[in-house]
Amino acid sequence: MTSPTVPAVHAVGLRAAFDGNEAVADFTLNVEPGELLAILGPSGCGKTTALRLIAGFEAPTAGTLEIAGQRVADPSIFVPPERRGVGMVFQDYALFPHMTVLENVEYGLHGADHKRQLAEAALATTGLSTLGGRRVHELSGGEQQRVALARALAPRPRLLLLDEPFSNLDLALRAQVREELRDIVDQTGITTILVTHDQEEALSIADRVAFLTRGRIVQVGTPEEIYLRPATVDVAEFIGDANLFYGDVVERSVRTALGAFAAPADAARAAVVVRPEDLEIAEHGIPGTVVHREYYGHDQVLSVRLEDGSVARARLGSRGRYEAGDEVRLSLIEAPLVLESLTRRDA
Amino acid sequence: MTTFAPVRGLRFREHAISGRRRPSAPLLLAALTVAVVAAVPPIYLAVRVSDDPQVATSAVFARSTLELTVRTLTFAAAVTALASAIALPMAWLTERTDLPARRTLRVLSALPLAVPTYVGAMVAISAFGPGGLVEDLIGRGLPGSIYGFWGATIVLALFTYPYFLLTVRPAVASLDPRLEDASRGVGYGRWTTFRRVVIPQLRPALSSGGLVVALYALADFGAPSLMRFDSFTRVLFIRYESTFDRTGAAALAAVLALLALSVVAFDVLTRGRRRYDAIRATGAPEAPTIHLGRWRWPALAFVAGILLLALALPVGVLGYWLVRALAAGEAVRGVWDATRDTLLVAVMAAGLTAVAALPVALLAVRHRRFPLSRPIEVLSYAGYALPGLVVALALVFAGINFGPLYQSMAMLVIAYVLLFLPLAIGTTRVSLLQIRPSVEDAARGLGRSPLNVLRTVTVPLTLRGMLAGGALVFLTTIKELPATLILAPIGFDSLSVRVWSASSEAFFARAALPALILLLLSSIPLAILELTGRRR
Repeated sequence: MTSPTVPAVHAVGLRAAFDGNEAVADFTLNVEPGELLAILGPSGCGKTTALRLIAGFEAPTAGTLEIAGQRVADPSIFVPPERRGVGMVFQDYALFPHMTVLENVEYGLHGADHKRQLAEAALATTGLSTLGGRRVHELSGGEQQRVALARALAPRPRLLLLDEPFSNLDLALRAQVREELRDIVDQTGITTILVTHDQEEALSIADRVAFLTRGRIVQVGTPEEIYLRPATVDVAEFIGDANLFYGDVVERSVRTALGAFAAPADAARAAVVVRPEDLEIAEHGIPGTVVHREYYGHDQVLSVRLEDGSVARARLGSRGRYEAGDEVRLSLIEAPLVLESLTRRDA
Repeated sequence: MTTFAPVRGLRFREHAISGRRRPSAPLLLAALTVAVVAAVPPIYLAVRVSDDPQVATSAVFARSTLELTVRTLTFAAAVTALASAIALPMAWLTERTDLPARRTLRVLSALPLAVPTYVGAMVAISAFGPGGLVEDLIGRGLPGSIYGFWGATIVLALFTYPYFLLTVRPAVASLDPRLEDASRGVGYGRWTTFRRVVIPQLRPALSSGGLVVALYALADFGAPSLMRFDSFTRVLFIRYESTFDRTGAAALAAVLALLALSVVAFDVLTRGRRRYDAIRATGAPEAPTIHLGRWRWPALAFVAGILLLALALPVGVLGYWLVRALAAGEAVRGVWDATRDTLLVAVMAAGLTAVAALPVALLAVRHRRFPLSRPIEVLSYAGYALPGLVVALALVFAGINFGPLYQSMAMLVIAYVLLFLPLAIGTTRVSLLQIRPSVEDAARGLGRSPLNVLRTVTVPLTLRGMLAGGALVFLTTIKELPATLILAPIGFDSLSVRVWSASSEAFFARAALPALILLLLSSIPLAILELTGRRR
């Protein structure tokens, strides 16, 4: 029914405003069938609202939304959540405290044939077969999260939404659950959207990452694209560690402490983005003074004050010995990315 | 990294989002129906008063009305003061000190709640009144009279202090002892510390407990009447019974309603903006037990004395009269009919009130910011401020216009629902606040319609609060007197009316059995409340 060309989710210009504050403004996104897409952004950027719009818990004030080619929201249509075929795992899991684990999972299979078998199959998928008779409050946080996942998967939704799924798990459990989730998504082939503020989580698990800030998607791409080719200064700053050197554009070129670089067309001001690992110590590099050193074992990060007073962070191998006051010379390994800067952040 | 911190933040945010959502049409319709019915008494009273403005103004501005108002307010103030003088030390002693038999006394201290005030008055009269049991026992007359202002005040305080106690006790239990230590540490003595640190912390609880007792005193009809104290309710009732001056009665009822509302307004205005919980640090240690030392026995005497008067005396006196009644071959058959009628109407009122409270509580909790939510909630609370006599009279006036409802069981049940709705809204609200909104969203997401979610998730999770609300309504319904007296349909017999009519003619033996059955029935909801409260 769903041909590969029909996107699993097709959102155009979604808006949601509460009390005059726009939580989501002009949210546009395509999600391909079968992919795991992570919506990443700082807290308060509208991630959860975006997810709730897709699930149908909020109605957009403008824009259109289609799920698997079916129009579910626009100014004249609103399909309620119970008729969207979307499974959601909430940040607090939202399990029904008055039901057993099995009853929780069966809840979404209301009226289905072989409801018991389907529920037990869903529990098996998440490794909970032995816990069906337990009460929810008897489970650990990790187990509760799996019940929430099994409950969302049991009715075979066409779309799975996960709101900060790992944030309530302790660090040791996180990597394991993340891996399990990836396996389940691969096995079932279900289209999945995951919301997170944790860049490591987004980059490590997702097929594609959508970066959301101030209610707008500013970039969608593979983890590599997002990290290596951030579309805006916001993305570059939020994801990973980045040195940003700002400068006015003169004759289509921006001059910084690291040298002059070609600026994007029409930009009046530009930022040169340099990842710390793209800097190295070299004989003919740009001179500077070490002001601070962080030694991590597998690598170390030097903060180097350059001649114009700006500070660059350089990630080096673990062998060199440096201390504050050392004179070093830095050079670029890769040609840096130059982005248009819209705000005078350096001022 | 703490595991639970993020959840808390989220809950607040989700709450905020849910608060904005529009309620579904059936929910809004249900809540609106409740509010409209709740608005009938005040509106009808106003209509009735404006019918004949001349009669109304002369009734309102009569010199006797002013005297009545002053007398009744003085009475309410005296009852409140005396009840707090009983309840505050009692809460303190049974909560924080090494009082002998503290746990037993703690449970017993709330039990006088089961004794209706008119039963208390009847017991007091038959024991201490002229020709009463005590005079029989000592063989001569007692000095002074039990009747009048002081008799009524003492009786009412003895049987309403539990309302005060129940609001103050949790506050006493959760006092932060470090604040007291801090006060002692900067050099203040025990008494100054109590006055300047403890009392201010208890103020919110004291003020809401005081409000409940003051409104009770203002509205109570049975006890002041039996104690021959001319409170507003007694005068109003006599005027309604003895004349056909309906407008005059309505005008007086309106004045009484305004008195009650002004007590509420006084409470709201004096509550002020200070907050006492804002600086409360988390993880307050358990308060250390205060050793009473040589004050142990006087303290015990105080608590035991109150319980003797408010609990042992009623049971003992009623038992005595019952034995005498049975020995004299007093007819008991009618009592069973009255018990059945009382139970029937109380169960209906409790069930209907619990159900009616749900949409109002849902609107108040889940759709807080929806523009109609607040007005609907405020209207539903009208019964909290309006005396039972006023609501009953308003319904009588209105009922004459709605033919089939007049003098029907339905009208009586509606009166109970209006009077006691706030009790059920309160407990239901607390239960609803404990359900995370995401749980209901999850149910929607799993393919269930809003009504289905209400049935399969919200109601099961709110059941405990609804049950507690129903139990409270049951308790207050079987004790209720004035509305029952006025609205009871022909052929309907209630225990409260039976006790009332027998004891107002001093047939104490005839009142004993129905009164004892009332006490027994009242202890059922108290047990339910104790159980539902404990499992949390």
